[in-house]
Amino acid sequence: MTPKKTAPSTAPLIGAEQISLLERLSNAVGVSGAEHEVRKIVMAEIKDLADDIKVDALGNVLATKHARQEPGLRVMLAAHMDEVGFMLVDGEEGLYEFAMVGGIDVRQLPGKTVLVGKDHLPGVIGAKPIHHTTPDERRNAISLDSLRIDVGNGNGKKVHPGDRATFATRFQQLGPSLVGKALDNRLGVATLIELLRHAPAHIELLAAFTVQEEVGLRGARVAGYALDPQLAFALDSTPAGDMPSWDGEESPRYNTRLDGGPAIYVADQGTLSDPRLIQHLLQTAEAFGIPCQIRQPGGGGTDAGAIHKQRAGIPVVSVSVPGRYAHTAALVARLDDWQHTLALMFHALDGLTPAILDLQR
Amino acid sequence: MAELKEFLKSLLSLPGLSGFEDPVRAVIAEAWKPLVDDLSVSRIGSLHGLKAGYGDEPRPRILLSAHMDAIGMIVTGIEDGLLRFTEIGGVDPRILPGQPVTVHGQRELPGYVVQPPGWLLPEDQASTKAVEMKYLFVDTGLRPAEVNELVRVGDLVSFAQIPIELTDDWLAGHSLDNRASVAAVTACLQELQHIRHIWDVWAVASVQEEETLGGAFTSPFEIRPDLAVAVDVTFARGPGSPSDYRTFPLGKGVALGWGPNIHPALYVAFKKLAEKLDMPFHDDLMPRMSGTDAMAIQVVAEGIPTMVLSMPIRYMHTPVEVVSMKDIARTGHLMAQFIAELSADYMQTLRWDDES
Repeated sequence: MTPKKTAPSTAPLIGAEQISLLERLSNAVGVSGAEHEVRKIVMAEIKDLADDIKVDALGNVLATKHARQEPGLRVMLAAHMDEVGFMLVDGEEGLYEFAMVGGIDVRQLPGKTVLVGKDHLPGVIGAKPIHHTTPDERRNAISLDSLRIDVGNGNGKKVHPGDRATFATRFQQLGPSLVGKALDNRLGVATLIELLRHAPAHIELLAAFTVQEEVGLRGARVAGYALDPQLAFALDSTPAGDMPSWDGEESPRYNTRLDGGPAIYVADQGTLSDPRLIQHLLQTAEAFGIPCQIRQPGGGGTDAGAIHKQRAGIPVVSVSVPGRYAHTAALVARLDDWQHTLALMFHALDGLTPAILDLQR
Repeated sequence: MAELKEFLKSLLSLPGLSGFEDPVRAVIAEAWKPLVDDLSVSRIGSLHGLKAGYGDEPRPRILLSAHMDAIGMIVTGIEDGLLRFTEIGGVDPRILPGQPVTVHGQRELPGYVVQPPGWLLPEDQASTKAVEMKYLFVDTGLRPAEVNELVRVGDLVSFAQIPIELTDDWLAGHSLDNRASVAAVTACLQELQHIRHIWDVWAVASVQEEETLGGAFTSPFEIRPDLAVAVDVTFARGPGSPSDYRTFPLGKGVALGWGPNIHPALYVAFKKLAEKLDMPFHDDLMPRMSGTDAMAIQVVAEGIPTMVLSMPIRYMHTPVEVVSMKDIARTGHLMAQFIAELSADYMQTLRWDDES
């Protein structure tokens, strides 16, 4: 395509309504395998935005918005609905052993509040009083098997092993930042809802709100197969590690930076992004003056890792909103980065033509 | 009880770190005002409430001491808009990552304690070892320029976990150590409204227990009580806790202190009273130090016969401490009934075992 010279952006804006939706999405509980609360919000939001909406065998929401003009390039946009959390696995009388669902650092658990079960019963994860610990002991992390979720004696009938739990953190706006327990990946979910709302007419938009990303990209795999797109974007959240190092040395590693704009993936643990799509995103950013950054190649992954290997292969790229402290009680992201992510994706879709696939990868 | 719980919840939502107790003192003073004859503040900030007795002057005095200060953190440095900090009182750094806090800067800034990614930590703490407090940050979500304008070294950081009612009886929150005891003393003052007690009762919300025992050394000196009761929290049995003499079941009664900080005859008097009231209790064995205001009160001036009453709580010194409201009510009731029974010549009856 021919990049326009910093054209004025006509991208949708993130305002109070979008932030309020993000708040509801972040506060909803949707641990991998039990995404129904998030799905319910998504279904209500998109019911008038798509031509065809269905919930598949795994619980993915697959929504198609038909192209209203030629050529109708089939583009999949995937955003996972699930979040990391816990499952109660044993216990009674209000005290429960629990297991992690998804990757959570055990050092994030002691002293936190949680929500348990479908009624969001409040609980706490306590810790041994410091008075009963030794300095040696305090050098080691508190092990998962010594921790319990405590919902209080007398609540033994209200929760059961098998119930899911998450951190209880309520969504907050702190100055320029957005803080929540599940902004990974409700930011992506909220972005995808906005893109459905503002879908370009020449694109056959295939939206997949996926399940079970945090436990192995399982929803994206069948969604990618079922939707059979010509190319795909995964919308996610990625860690920003742009903080001072313990020794004051400049760290060569940061993954992404807050305020750096959307993070474009070149390579992660599961995906080598399609260079044509990377190029298209970078050119779009330049054309519209949208800040963006290349995520440092390395580990981690997104739904793209499953999608690109479906059928005879699907060109993919991931675009993430950078966020600090992913998979903890409180992820911190910037409103500006989210806005720029939405703008970049909006313009990238708008400028997408089948010609991109004529180039050889 | 509902009213007492609401009062306690309001206390749990306030800062008031050791040495900086003003925010919580104001709310306690408001609650005590209608319950006492005189309210004053000591030179170092303890709140003194006098409920005068009905005996002839000069009346004997009993002091009820509940420390109102809380543990927390204090800013030691600012790097790229993130705050380095150290502790006020005993804080296990392992409970900190992910903790909601309030930074008391030029204005109150909400934030979270955060643990940097492993690659920014010393190798031995990158993945499995506990991360030392000096490597954690507080992130306020603000950009560096704004942080530099609003926060400076020495600003306080308090826990911001809102109180949670786990059940009708169990309440979770930060600073139940020792706001639970402030609630117990308040319940005692309420009950005393309906009792013609002979002794003067001095209710004290003391300062700096978690650091220096500063309030517990100075208020008894000013008040010069004949007897004192330190009211504090003790360890409830629960996950991570030892299941030995140091811990007690939650919600199953008051813990009566026994050990060198405690006058043995006072212990016996409280024990007999609890039995008479058919109130469940435990013996809280404190072989050396009680770890309460009693350590100081006992040795003020010529020495003061002192008792320790405690309510068991789970997860002490975390922001999710758990207490039983029943235990708080029991503690308040036990103190009120003890005061009701104090005769004008009670001190003459307080004997050592070896005295005839």
